[in-house]
Amino acid sequence: MGLVANLQQKLFRWRSDGTAPLRLGQRRIFIIPSRGGLLFALALIVMLIGAINYNLALGHALVFLLAGLGIVGMIHTFRNLHGLVITPGRSTPVFAGEAAHFQITLENDRPTPRLGLELEAETGNPVSATVDRKKNAKMNIPVSAKTRGWLPLPRVRLTTRYPLGLFTAWAYLQPAMRCLVYPQPIAAPLPVSSPTPVGGERSGDGGQEDFAGFRDRQPADSPRHVAWKASARNAGDRPLLIKQFAGGAQVELMLDWQLTDAGMADETRIGILTGWVLAADAADAHYGLRLPGLDIPNGSGERHRQRCLEALALFQP
Amino acid sequence: MSTPAREALDRHATPWLFATALATTAPHFIHQPVWLSAVASALLLWAFWLWWKDQRLPGRWILIPLVGAGSAGILLEFHTLFGRDAGVAMLVMFMTMKLLELKSRRDAMVVVTLGYFLLLTHYLFSQSIPTGLWLLAAMWLVTATLIRLHGGPASSPRDTLRYAGVLSLQAVPFMLVLFLLFPRISGPLWGLPTDAHAGKTGLSDTMSPGSIAELVQNADIAFRVRFDGPLPPRQKLYWRGPVMEQFDGATWQPHKGRSPSPQLESLSPPIGYETTLEAHNQRWLLALDAPRDLPAEFSQNATLTAVTQNPINERQRFQLSASLEYRFNANEDPLVLQRNLALPAGSNPQTRALAEQWRSTNTAEGVIDKALALFAAEFTYTLQPPLLGRHSVDDFLFRSKRGFCEHYAAAFVVLMRAAGVPARVVGGYQGGEFNPLDQYLVVRQSDAHAWTEVWIKQKGWVRIDPTAAVSPSRIETGIANALAFGEPLPLLLQVRSEWVRALRYRWEAINNAWNQGVLGYNPQRQREFLSRLGLSETDWRSLAIALGSTCGLLVAGLMGWALYKHPERDPVVRLWHKALRHLARRKVDYLPWETPLDLARRVRKQHPELAEPFQRVVDAYLVARYGNTDQHLNTLRDAIAQLR
Repeated sequence: MGLVANLQQKLFRWRSDGTAPLRLGQRRIFIIPSRGGLLFALALIVMLIGAINYNLALGHALVFLLAGLGIVGMIHTFRNLHGLVITPGRSTPVFAGEAAHFQITLENDRPTPRLGLELEAETGNPVSATVDRKKNAKMNIPVSAKTRGWLPLPRVRLTTRYPLGLFTAWAYLQPAMRCLVYPQPIAAPLPVSSPTPVGGERSGDGGQEDFAGFRDRQPADSPRHVAWKASARNAGDRPLLIKQFAGGAQVELMLDWQLTDAGMADETRIGILTGWVLAADAADAHYGLRLPGLDIPNGSGERHRQRCLEALALFQP
Repeated sequence: MSTPAREALDRHATPWLFATALATTAPHFIHQPVWLSAVASALLLWAFWLWWKDQRLPGRWILIPLVGAGSAGILLEFHTLFGRDAGVAMLVMFMTMKLLELKSRRDAMVVVTLGYFLLLTHYLFSQSIPTGLWLLAAMWLVTATLIRLHGGPASSPRDTLRYAGVLSLQAVPFMLVLFLLFPRISGPLWGLPTDAHAGKTGLSDTMSPGSIAELVQNADIAFRVRFDGPLPPRQKLYWRGPVMEQFDGATWQPHKGRSPSPQLESLSPPIGYETTLEAHNQRWLLALDAPRDLPAEFSQNATLTAVTQNPINERQRFQLSASLEYRFNANEDPLVLQRNLALPAGSNPQTRALAEQWRSTNTAEGVIDKALALFAAEFTYTLQPPLLGRHSVDDFLFRSKRGFCEHYAAAFVVLMRAAGVPARVVGGYQGGEFNPLDQYLVVRQSDAHAWTEVWIKQKGWVRIDPTAAVSPSRIETGIANALAFGEPLPLLLQVRSEWVRALRYRWEAINNAWNQGVLGYNPQRQREFLSRLGLSETDWRSLAIALGSTCGLLVAGLMGWALYKHPERDPVVRLWHKALRHLARRKVDYLPWETPLDLARRVRKQHPELAEPFQRVVDAYLVARYGNTDQHLNTLRDAIAQLR
C-alpha cells in the first residue's frame, strides 16, 4: 500500500472493517470545534476583553471557567464515542427505489449513557441514536437503493456533539455489510398463457375467474382486486370489498424471459418479470421463473418468491 | 435563521431555555429602568404562553418592529446604544426576544451563548460573594441547558443537572490555573464609557450643613487598613480628605489655584500601613494624617491631601506611611494665611462680634480654648439638627445649638477667622472599626467626619476637632456610642449585641479576604505570586510555558480518566476476556452471536493446534461461570496459561 493510500486508510477508513465487532479507539476518532463552539469561543474572547477593560476579577474567573468547560466538553465529546462497540448486523432485501436499512448494533459497556449519536451513510439522511448505560441499541441506517444487485454499505460516519455541542467528534466505520436490492417491479398484466403449460387443470387466465364471494379489503390487497360495483352498492363507510377466488385450483404459470418484449431494454424486461413474480405471488399462483441460463421450477410461498427475486436481482443478461 | 432548521428543537427543551433566560436576565431587573424589566418579563411570559398553548411563534413581520421599538426605547432612555447600561439593556432585550424565535437548535445555541455573556455583565454591577455564588448556580443551569439541547429528551432533568455539575467541577482546575497564571493586563484597554463607574458614593469635595450627616446614613465600607505595627490609638485616626478653605456663607470648597508645596516635619517615627480603598470617583486618597510616603502615582497637594491624576474608580490597594506627630508649614505663605482669614462680607454678624470680643483679650490659643469651652458647655451632638437661616453660623451658635460635625467645624472656623486666627475645614474620616479576626481596620462612610486646622505661629497648622469638645465619645469610641438612642443611624451600626457583632466581623473578614485575594488579584499580585513559585523571570514566555504545561497536565489527567476503562469485577469474566485476547492475537474474533461452544468449534476448524487447550478453557469457563461452585477459578487460570 502506497503512502497516500496508507494515509487515506488511517484517516478515512476506506477499507472494510470486516464483520467482527469493532471497539472505537482514540485513533479512529476525530474532533473539531463545531459552529456553536466557534460562536462560544468568539463570545469568550469578547468577554475576556470586557473583563480586562472593566478590570473584573470575577469576569476573568467566569471566562476562565467557561474556557475550562470548553476543554472539558471536548474531552467528554471524545469520550462519548470512545470505547463504543459497533457490531454489524443484518439487512433485509429491498426493491430498487426504496431505502435499504443496514442494521448496526451499538454497545455501551460504560455505566453512563451515550446520547446524541448520529449515524449517517448517505449525506442528508442521518439517524440519531442513544445508547443507555450498559445497554445495546440496534440502529437501522438507511441507504437509498438505486439499482438492483448487491448494495454494499457505504462508509458510515458516526457523529456526536454531546454533551456541550461545542465540538463535533466523528469516526468513520466501514463494516462489511451488503444488502440485496431486488429490481424495481414494473406493473404489467400477467402473461395470458404460458407457452409451456405445466400440469394443471387450467392454464393461464391469472387465476382470476374462480369467483367464490366477497370479503372486506385489507390494506395489503391490490386495488385491482377491489370489487368496485359491489362496493358501490354498499353504502357509506364500510370498507371496500374484494372478490375472493376459490383456492382449490392452483394456477400454474411459467414466467419466462422470452415472454417479455425483446424490443425493450433488458432492465425493463427484468422489471416486468419482477412485477409478474409479485403479481403471481399475490394471486397465490404456482409459478416458475425462466431466465437465460437459469431455470427455477414452479413453486410458491415466501422462500420461492425470494429465490425468484434474488435471481432477478443478480441476473446478468 | 433563513435556512430551514435541520435540527428542530424538541418541545421539552424549551423550558430549559426559558429558565436560562430568566436566570441570566432577572438579576438585572434590580437596577434596570422599570419599563425595560416590564417589557422583558412580558416577552418572557408571551414566549412561555405560546409554548404552553403550543402556538406558532410570531413571524418576522412582528419581530423586526419589536426589535426596532425596543432599541428605540433604549436609545430614548440612555441616549446611546453603547456603554454599560445601554449595552446590558440591549442584551436583555435580545435575550428575551430570541425566545420568540426558537425554531432550531442553532437558535437555542444563540440563547445559551447570550446567557453566558449576560452572566459576565452582572459583574459590572457587583462582584460580591453572593453575586459570585448566584452566578455560579446560573452558569450550572445554562450548562445543563446546553447538555439538554444536545442530549435530547433521553436524559432526565436530574441526570442532566448532575452531568452539568460534573463538567463544571472538572472545569474548576482549569479556571484556577488560568486565573493564577494567565498574563494579567491592567485595564482599561480603551476609554471606558462614562457610566462605567456610576453609583459610587463617598466624601464629596464640598461641605454644607447636612452633607456629612447624609453620608453617615450609609454603612458601606470606604476603605480597609492593615497596619504593619500595632493599631495606633483611636483618637489619632484622622484620615485626611479634601481641605476646604473657601466659604461663601453656606458651602465650603477647596481652593482651586496653585499653591506652594507643603513642608512637613515628622516628629514621630513613621507608621507603615496598607490601605484598600473602595472606588469613590474622586482624585484623593484618604491617608492617615499626616501622610509621609506615598505611592508613585500620588502627590501631596498644598494642603497635604494625597491626590492623583485620575479619579479612583475601582477598588485599589496602596502601601503608605504616616507620622502621627508632625509640624506642617510652620512658615506658611502669607497669601495662604490671608485666604484662611477671609469671611463673606456681612455674614454672621453675631458670631463676628463674639470673636472680636475674644480677640481683644486673648492669644490664638486662648481663643481656641474659649471656643471649645463654649461648645462643650451648651451644645448637643445630633444627626437631626434644625434648619438654619441665612446667617447659618449665627443661627447655630446662638439659637439651635444642635448640630453634627460639619456644623461644629464650620462654626469653629468662622469664629477663628473672625478672631484673626487662620483656620480651615478638613474633610475625611475619623476612627474605624477594628476586626479582630483578620486584623483589618474597617472605615465606613458612617465614619465620615469634618474637623478643622488652625495656623499658629511656630507650630504651623494644628488640628483642632471641635466635635471632640462636644462629644468626646465620638472620637474615642465611634459614632454609634456618641449619638443618643433614636438617631437615624444605619441598622448595622445600631445593633450592639455581642454575637451579632461577632457574626458581622466574620462576614466582613470573609468579604475582605475575597476582595484582597480574589478581586484584588492584579498584575502586581500575579508577579508576587509567580516569584513565590520561583518564576522570578516573569516575562511572558515563562508565564506561557507555566500556563501551557499546567493546562497540558490537566488535559492529560482528564484524558487518562476518559480513556480509563473500569476493570471487569467478575474474575471469571476477566479471565475469559484474557483468553479471548489470546485468540484475537491469532486473528480469531469472538462474534457477538457465538456461544463459547460455537467458538470452540470454530477454533477447532481454523486452528486445530489450539483445539484441545481452548476446549479446556471453554469447559473450565462454563463450569466456573455457570456451575454451582466457585472453586474452578484456578482450573480456568491454568487452562488459559496453556494457551500460549
